[in-house]
Amino acid sequence: MATAAITTRSTTRSRNTGAARTTRAARTRMARIGVIIGLVLGAIFAAGPVLWMLSSSFKSNTEIFELPPRLVTDSFSFDAYLTILTTPETVRFFLNSYVVAGTVTLLTLLVAIQAAYAFSRFEFRGKRVLNVVIISVQAVPPITLLIPYFGLVVALKLYNTYPGLILTYMVFTLPYAIIMMTGYFNTLPRELDEAVRMDGAGSMTALWRILVPISVPGIVSVGIYTFMIAWNEYLFALTLTRTNDMRTVPIGIQLLMGQHSYEWNQIMAMSILGSIPVLILFLVLQRYFISGLTAGSVKS
Amino acid sequence: MITPDTEAIVTGAPLSRRRRQLRKAGESYGFLAPTLLLLFVLMIVPIVMVIGYSFQDRAVMGASSGFVGLANYVEVLSDPGFWKATGNTLYFTGVSVAAHLVIGLTFAMLLNSTLIGVVPRAIFRALYVLPWLFTAAVIAVLWRMLLAPNGIVNFLLTTDVEWLASPQLALGTVTFVNIWAGYPFFMVSLLAGLQGIPGELNEAATVDGANGPQRFWNVTIPQLRPIIVSLLLLDFIWTSQQFALIWMTTGGGPIDVTEVLSTFTYKLAFAQYDFAVAATSAVLVLLMSMVLAVLYVRHQKARD
Repeated sequence: MATAAITTRSTTRSRNTGAARTTRAARTRMARIGVIIGLVLGAIFAAGPVLWMLSSSFKSNTEIFELPPRLVTDSFSFDAYLTILTTPETVRFFLNSYVVAGTVTLLTLLVAIQAAYAFSRFEFRGKRVLNVVIISVQAVPPITLLIPYFGLVVALKLYNTYPGLILTYMVFTLPYAIIMMTGYFNTLPRELDEAVRMDGAGSMTALWRILVPISVPGIVSVGIYTFMIAWNEYLFALTLTRTNDMRTVPIGIQLLMGQHSYEWNQIMAMSILGSIPVLILFLVLQRYFISGLTAGSVKS
Repeated sequence: MITPDTEAIVTGAPLSRRRRQLRKAGESYGFLAPTLLLLFVLMIVPIVMVIGYSFQDRAVMGASSGFVGLANYVEVLSDPGFWKATGNTLYFTGVSVAAHLVIGLTFAMLLNSTLIGVVPRAIFRALYVLPWLFTAAVIAVLWRMLLAPNGIVNFLLTTDVEWLASPQLALGTVTFVNIWAGYPFFMVSLLAGLQGIPGELNEAATVDGANGPQRFWNVTIPQLRPIIVSLLLLDFIWTSQQFALIWMTTGGGPIDVTEVLSTFTYKLAFAQYDFAVAATSAVLVLLMSMVLAVLYVRHQKARD
């Protein structure tokens, strides 16, 4: 918008001479061409590899490394996808990931909504300290927590179980969720829920009956981000599970790479299938997601 | 039934007011109870445990765990492997973060340009965000395929190199892959920042005779500075902790040329089963991260 304003202004100023106007117009055209070239080069950098992944998932293995490489294959087939979707072992990876990421998302939202409510609407002793703790948790390296978690999870008999993964993932999802959710609640007028509390209803009622229903966009964006973190987690999934029936998608992709030594079409098909939940969530809800993310985690 | 509230209204006693305040404090802690419990179990206890491990001779797996003072710290700090990993982490992180900023800002500026229509901009934005939507495992296997000796990258560059297995190239290559994977976070945040800059600022600068580059350095950058500092700190924290991408592309190799602190520590624990020394390395990594955390917290508080 700003640039448009500048362009019109410049054109009016240089109206005196026809020559100046043409230079100005020429310069704008040059700038537009420059921008388009930049955008196309950027798109090749960003999307080229993804396109190649997609193309490879439909090829036969010999064709993937055929020279010269071809984007569109003669032997186009869904075989790799069918293999992934009909092998009980790989299907199990997806099931595990859905169970773990789904549960983590629900639990995180449940806990974070309450914490964000306290941060946004109450003054209490220790608020500043707790706020600093929650921001700092984001900086605690996963590798530092991994070693004691391994000890704890084994001691609590949660090794190689869903609860072991779900519980430990929450240390990463919770801080972001609380920060983003508090940011969202802060944008809503206090009068909304205070009025209900004044009428004698409890804070719980004010939160769940009034605040939560109008916060759906915020909750959705926090939920997506939480789901993405849990769906993508690798280090704990690798270390805190042992048997293949407990492995999640990221570990499954790596296992596939080892077991079926370089059946690249299957590995790429698995990669795409493993990215679909996040892709869909993102594409459908990117408006909520991006505004929620920038409002919460970056601007806090 | 008389609730504390009505009681306060009826009697108006200062004691009741205090009680009401107490109840409010109690209420807020009630809402925070699950969070506090989780933070205690998932943060405080483990950090105390890992510090404890670092002063023992055998931890987690060992039958006897005796106190050994600073012996583990001496061992880790005198291990050239630890310093090699620290240097690699700094290179990997520094180059990645700088490139994320430059690419993220460039793409954000391109996408913010009014010289092209709304629809093409939306399409390009969707394409540019793509790398962000893939998990490290997918990014790792994808680039292993692209960078294979007979892969498409070598074909396009007419080279014949083992990008991930060559001691000279491996660190630069994993850093490049990490750059590809990480710039969209900067781009999305900076784009939101650019759209928040009031148009009058640029107009005023134009009237004052500022050209494009001058407007960029004197209007755009100062306006974006708080976001940029936040992003740099966050990205520095995250990138220095990167594990999955390196583990699945090079595994820290060849030999130790791509070994970073997280892979170094992981191997101590889960390949050599020396949990005490691994814990020591993990505590050192925590200390380094806490420096960044302090900077980040101070920056966030300054912005409030």
